[in-house]
Amino acid sequence: MCIGVSYPILNLNGSDVIPDPFTPDSEDALKDVLAEALTSGRTLEVSGAGTKRGLGRPVAADAGLTLAGLTGITYYAPGELVMEAQAGTPMAEITAALDEQNQRLAFEPTDLGPLYGGAPGQGTIGGVFACNLAGPRRPFAGAARDHLLGIRAVSGRAETFTAGGRVVKNVTGYDMGKLLAGSLGTLAVFSQVTFKVLPKPEAERTVLLFSSAPDDGLNALNRAAGEVWDISAGAHIGKPAAARSAVSYVVGAETSVTAVRLEGARGAVDERTAMVRAAFDEIGPTEELHRHNSHRFWHELRDGALLPAMDVDASQLWRLTLPPADAAMALDRLAAITNGELLFDWLGGLVWLSIPGSEIGYAPEQMAAAVRAVAAQGGGHAVLMRATDEMRRQISVFGAAGVDQMALTRRIKNNFDPGGILNPGRMYESC
Amino acid sequence: MDMPLPDAGVIARRAEIAHELRRLMPHGTVVDHAAGLSAFESDGLTAYRQQPLIAALPADRDEVVAVMAFCGREKIKIVPRGAGTSLSGGALPLADGITLGLSRLNRILDIDIANRTVTVEPGVTNLAISGAVRGQGFYYAPDPSSQVACTIGGNVAENAGGVHCLKYGLTTNNILGLEVVLVTGEVVRLGGKCLDAPGLDLMGVIAGSEGLLGVVTEVTVRILRTPETAQAMLMGFAQVEDAARAVGDIIAAGIIPAGMEMMDRPAIHAAEAFVGAGYPLEAEALLIVELDGPGAEVALASAQIESIARAAGAGTIRTSENEAERLAFWAGRKAAFPAVGRLSPDYYCMDGTIPRGRLPEVLGKISEMSARYGLSVANVFHAGDGNLHPLILYDANAEGELERAEAFGTEILRLCVAVGGVLTGEHGVGVEKRDLMGEVFSEDDLAHQQRLKCAFDADG
Repeated sequence: MCIGVSYPILNLNGSDVIPDPFTPDSEDALKDVLAEALTSGRTLEVSGAGTKRGLGRPVAADAGLTLAGLTGITYYAPGELVMEAQAGTPMAEITAALDEQNQRLAFEPTDLGPLYGGAPGQGTIGGVFACNLAGPRRPFAGAARDHLLGIRAVSGRAETFTAGGRVVKNVTGYDMGKLLAGSLGTLAVFSQVTFKVLPKPEAERTVLLFSSAPDDGLNALNRAAGEVWDISAGAHIGKPAAARSAVSYVVGAETSVTAVRLEGARGAVDERTAMVRAAFDEIGPTEELHRHNSHRFWHELRDGALLPAMDVDASQLWRLTLPPADAAMALDRLAAITNGELLFDWLGGLVWLSIPGSEIGYAPEQMAAAVRAVAAQGGGHAVLMRATDEMRRQISVFGAAGVDQMALTRRIKNNFDPGGILNPGRMYESC
Repeated sequence: MDMPLPDAGVIARRAEIAHELRRLMPHGTVVDHAAGLSAFESDGLTAYRQQPLIAALPADRDEVVAVMAFCGREKIKIVPRGAGTSLSGGALPLADGITLGLSRLNRILDIDIANRTVTVEPGVTNLAISGAVRGQGFYYAPDPSSQVACTIGGNVAENAGGVHCLKYGLTTNNILGLEVVLVTGEVVRLGGKCLDAPGLDLMGVIAGSEGLLGVVTEVTVRILRTPETAQAMLMGFAQVEDAARAVGDIIAAGIIPAGMEMMDRPAIHAAEAFVGAGYPLEAEALLIVELDGPGAEVALASAQIESIARAAGAGTIRTSENEAERLAFWAGRKAAFPAVGRLSPDYYCMDGTIPRGRLPEVLGKISEMSARYGLSVANVFHAGDGNLHPLILYDANAEGELERAEAFGTEILRLCVAVGGVLTGEHGVGVEKRDLMGEVFSEDDLAHQQRLKCAFDADG
């Protein structure tokens, strides 16, 4: 049984709005939608609530399929550190249930709705795993996929399958959750996900280091990574980004800001904070943020709220992953090709780059090639996170995979979605 | 366990195949005589034995590629093997297959402290990775009990865990890059020194695939800073239920220790008799909790755990005061398998995972089964993540005991599944549990697993 609802997302990127998407309210109904699509050759644009519809190549599908009708937490055992929910369950519902038990998703799921012109807090748990996006805690706690324990899904063959389970340690069979996490709904549609949850720490502090030389900040991150401080995030932002923060110590910085987060027991975290500050004081002035402000700062960074406001009709927003020690080198090389703003997260291993439309002009592909060349020098990658549909059709959003890897990807796609009905072209043009 | 019937046609070609392999591996070694092949006839699961058709020990990646391409073309089966420490028969040879030993690809290729990575060939042992970076204050977190012998290639294939995976994850959570040779001879490089490469997570799929998708020829792992402090606590309980409650209460208090291990009375006695770790012999259950991190955090957590354990009824509680004592606390646990091996001619190690709240019930039922099968059992348990290792004691030379041990083991695994758990937490399915897959997975589930396999290995 399917009910039609109007498409729930704002449409700033110019994608064609698909009217009345399928919104199955049970796994069987989801399977029926896929079975019918397979028989009739109807292609589907799959989304949770559609908040990250602007991520990936634009999908030209015959119909929409949202998971908004498949909601609810189906199992939560705080003592076992395990939760299970239907794929369309809103993140707000998941977070509220976890808050009640003082637990959280350790990988810090991003909320990119506002980045794509939507409202905050609208995403679904299935979308979080399908996109495999993790926040500032990623280098320490792992990616979304590292927390996915079990799945139920319907593949492009319109067959329901399960993998994994409700326990945190399990090697029974291939890790199909890893295959689907980050596959952007191109192989199968999650109906249910089981995932690991962890206790929240009692206390949180952020040490801020103010410095006018970006290299000082990146060096401080490098140092922090090699110390016994047990930090849970490390970022570096320039003065313009700092000025966009709602946290007073950050917005008033007048310099670039390096931030390191410490989490732990109330009785221990201050001592640890003092240790970090003592080391950073040798580089420049420092300050510290306590729970509320610390929280707010990392949320801003996580969700792209410190990025410059850009004209989405012309600009390019890139997300580069690099070996973290290459951050300073990447900064120099990127500065040689663009005046766009840079934000560093993951101790330097993640770089957000916003390139204004005025620099791109009529040569978006040349700019993309230049950005990718910088990323590739250190063995890294560049993903075009936000750009117009036209640019995301023209430029490979995720970059070119190696020939053998691409061949494998095609074979997997063909084995799981032989009719090519799920999110055609979302990841790569050819599959 | 029923293995497929060997292909007599391939067996008849042994000499010709060996000749071709020698040509393809000018620097490697080809073993094709019975005495040499006996070294490969079983792995850590000694209950099953089978000599391979040929053992091929390539000297480098190019030789692996040559062998894979040849075997792929000729449709000759390959069973990859690291150090042969698998406890599930993951490296059990096939009579008509080539055992591809990776132990000679054992070079450390790159140590990058600035990026906190180490890149190695698959034959490097787990412990050697930590050894290579210890001087700089780093280590590699996953620590299976066999870490002195097992290789990183095997760790990737089996997605190996260890006592520290409660806090630091399994192998899959600690690898950044892989080079894999497919059966076509294609070489795929995945990931690298950075996180979250775009595209399908093929690296995540290969971890734990038990060598069925390809042969790993290079691994980049992430290394962690050695914590400022590491401390172990040893706690004896008069009842298993009390120890299980303490485990639950520690987690409920928001503490995730680096490791949390439990042993039952037979395991405690076996370990104590073997290494003299100072374990409380009057206890029915022993809990070892390891804490690591900044000193201030460890001190607070250890005080908190002590009061939780007391409230749960712990008799003895000892906290390690120095590194030597910490290692002594662990010595018994790390030697638990060989210690049990001293009690009995053979033992059969199981590996189910259960929701940890069901532990007392499951141990009670295992004890009933033990009486029914007439076979003793000792339990060691990764209590933090619910991973159970019952060791069934038997004598392979006594008529019918192996079959009884197998039936006992199967019943334990069925019990694990019945209480909401799984067949294997870290040892892998191997040949051992292959026939039980149908009990946890539907035909469609297994068909999708097979479709993944076929994308890597069209004849799979």
